[in-house]
Amino acid sequence: MTLELQAVAVTPKGGVALFPAISLAVQPGQVATVMGPSGIGKSTLLDAIAGHLAHGFTLSGSIRLDGIDITPLPPEARRVGLMFQDAVLFPHLTVGDNLAFGLVRRIRGWAERRAAVEAALSRAGLCGLYDRDPATLSGGQRSRAALMRTLLAEPRALLLDEPFSKLDATLRADLRTFTFDHIRNRAIPALMVTHDPADAKAAAGPVIDLTTDG
Amino acid sequence: MGKALHKVTTAFADGRGLRAAVLVTVALGLVLPIAAGLWQTTRAGLGVLPAIGATELSLRPFVDLIALPGFSSALRLTLVTGLVASALSLVLAVGVCAAMHGRISPRASGRLLTPFLAAPHAAMAIGLVFLLSPSGWIARALAPLAGWDRPPLWASVNDPAGFALILGLMVKEVPFLLLVILSALSQIPLRQHLAAGRSLGYGRGIVWIKVIMPQVWPLIRLPVMVVLAYSLSVVDMALILGPSHPPTLAVLLLRLFTAPDIAMLLLASAGALMQALLVAAAFALLWVLERVGRAIGRWWVRRGGRRSSVEPGLWLATGLAALLFAAGALAMLSLLIWSLAWRWSWPGMLPESWSLRAWSTPGGGWAAALGNTVILAAATTAVSLALAIAWLEGEDRARRARSGWAEALIYLPLLVPQIGFLFGLNVLFLRLGLSGGYLAVIWAQALFVFPYVMIALSDPWRALDPRLARAAGSLGAGPWRRLFTIKLPVLMTPILTAAAIGIAVSVAQYLPTLFMGAGRIATLTTEAVTLSSASDRRVTGVYATLQTVLPFAAYGAAFLIPALVHRNRRALLPGGAT
Repeated sequence: MTLELQAVAVTPKGGVALFPAISLAVQPGQVATVMGPSGIGKSTLLDAIAGHLAHGFTLSGSIRLDGIDITPLPPEARRVGLMFQDAVLFPHLTVGDNLAFGLVRRIRGWAERRAAVEAALSRAGLCGLYDRDPATLSGGQRSRAALMRTLLAEPRALLLDEPFSKLDATLRADLRTFTFDHIRNRAIPALMVTHDPADAKAAAGPVIDLTTDG
Repeated sequence: MGKALHKVTTAFADGRGLRAAVLVTVALGLVLPIAAGLWQTTRAGLGVLPAIGATELSLRPFVDLIALPGFSSALRLTLVTGLVASALSLVLAVGVCAAMHGRISPRASGRLLTPFLAAPHAAMAIGLVFLLSPSGWIARALAPLAGWDRPPLWASVNDPAGFALILGLMVKEVPFLLLVILSALSQIPLRQHLAAGRSLGYGRGIVWIKVIMPQVWPLIRLPVMVVLAYSLSVVDMALILGPSHPPTLAVLLLRLFTAPDIAMLLLASAGALMQALLVAAAFALLWVLERVGRAIGRWWVRRGGRRSSVEPGLWLATGLAALLFAAGALAMLSLLIWSLAWRWSWPGMLPESWSLRAWSTPGGGWAAALGNTVILAAATTAVSLALAIAWLEGEDRARRARSGWAEALIYLPLLVPQIGFLFGLNVLFLRLGLSGGYLAVIWAQALFVFPYVMIALSDPWRALDPRLARAAGSLGAGPWRRLFTIKLPVLMTPILTAAAIGIAVSVAQYLPTLFMGAGRIATLTTEAVTLSSASDRRVTGVYATLQTVLPFAAYGAAFLIPALVHRNRRALLPGGAT
């Protein structure tokens, strides 16, 4: 699976493009990085790829997954996973039910689905936390749970929106390793936006720098 | 970019059907009845009402109406009570906000305001009669001091100048405006602006007038117009508290509409049009005052004066508002006490003997009225809530903000005086064979319930973290699954609060129930208003108490259900982290 961006640009109504058009190919298991200061439209780029672009923005260029243009598809049909700065777990569901929400429909039967969620929880070091309120988890636990929720949906590509910026330094390194390992094991392409050069270095993939020279 | 360029304007691909359905429902269910009602009223006001054999277009009804004895006094009374009540309510509410904001937590103020917002107007008015009348609590408390051995000969309710009506309106309107201003204040950087203003040498009150209010005003203009329209055209409160010879215009019109002589319908329709014009004129006055106020304000700000202090005014406003709240609370309490009283002679502060007799005969009428009220409240709230959710979900799917005309459309039923179009609408319903049935009453009540439900739900709906639905979408959940499994459960608290408001508004409806029910559908409110004029205070107390308890119960449920369901969900409890 490959994620290809060809001359992708996002333009607000009646305005100029937020950033220079981006062309990029991300190979399976690779983590590409888009660098740039806040406010330049990095998150809008991810919204565009995931299919959440707000009204009034126009997307130009093409976004291909495995050679197929996904831009006409609604978000739920794109199978592009999205990870946010803070985990955005559903507050009304338990930790386990958050993961079950993500788990693909293909796995059927109460016991099988429960087992799949429990297995994912233990992979994330969250054993026995199925029934916990997500609000009671630590920041690192929340991020790991969110990654597991995303992966259980078996995405064909993963988008990471400043995923580590709210964590403290030691936790950040751990979670980077954890996340990138999972992406490599799944062999899916990932695109990360960040303003932290250390993130880009750890990702060790292609880097696009949107910082405009002053 | 070449041939790969294509526009993706998802707005039209998504949610189109839902939005079309909402638009058609609002147009047919809300705009059409009001427009048709106004049209029918206009025709009748100009002498054309074929149902009673009047077919000749003329200005005769207007001429006859103006010639009615007491008409000009009614007009003057309406203007004085409506304008004074609205203006004083606004001044008091602003003063209280300026004095108390930051000194009382938003949750505490919410809890304090809720009972006053929930209590129906009619019940509050009846309670105020029990409090203010010559044989009421205040006179009883003064009796030993003043040495009265019998109730004084006061005209403290139904007074010819309409003071009691103004007071009654203010007891309901100050809490409403406080709520509206508090919610507007949460949308501006209040703390920073106050700090900036005071560090420049301006006192707290002056910063409020020069800096905060100009920012708040655009956010509260529509609610203030609602208050103005309501005060100028109120019927139930004016029947109970207002003067009767002559009454206010709206009450005079109700008498004409229900007069045995059906020719009076033409005069009443002409009056209903005048009522609508009166409200329009008041809006124009508000517009002019806003322009003038802006010019004066600019001049005042540029002068840069810092010496004047309005602190005493703020504390006076707070003191007066506290008196209003105390009167309202005592009024509500007096309803319950009267319903349980047996022997209660002057000048005792409490009954000498108590009895459940007034409560023990549900077959005497209150059970049927309670049943009707509950059915109507449930139906109108369900319809309004469903439409509000469909509307907001349609906006989400189109991923665009609400346009100005849509916002005005929501407020429309609250800005047109009820009496201006309800008669015309009833003429229409009669022709369709709907009048006198539950459907007609539900429809008419929903015209007023929907706006409040919509207004109550809009802000919390928009405040919902959009990333929740995005995360669900990226996990493969389609729009309906996102709505039912993520948005609605997370928004349970505001949805139930909006439902409670809807129930309170439905329970309080008097004129729509009376007109559309053709007198055949008795609710707690219609019965309480009827009983208030003559009969036994104990029985009136039962109806008014029930009328107050229903909305209170709805608010209680809206508070308790989420607290129970979300007891293990910290982020969803009040004060929880996001």
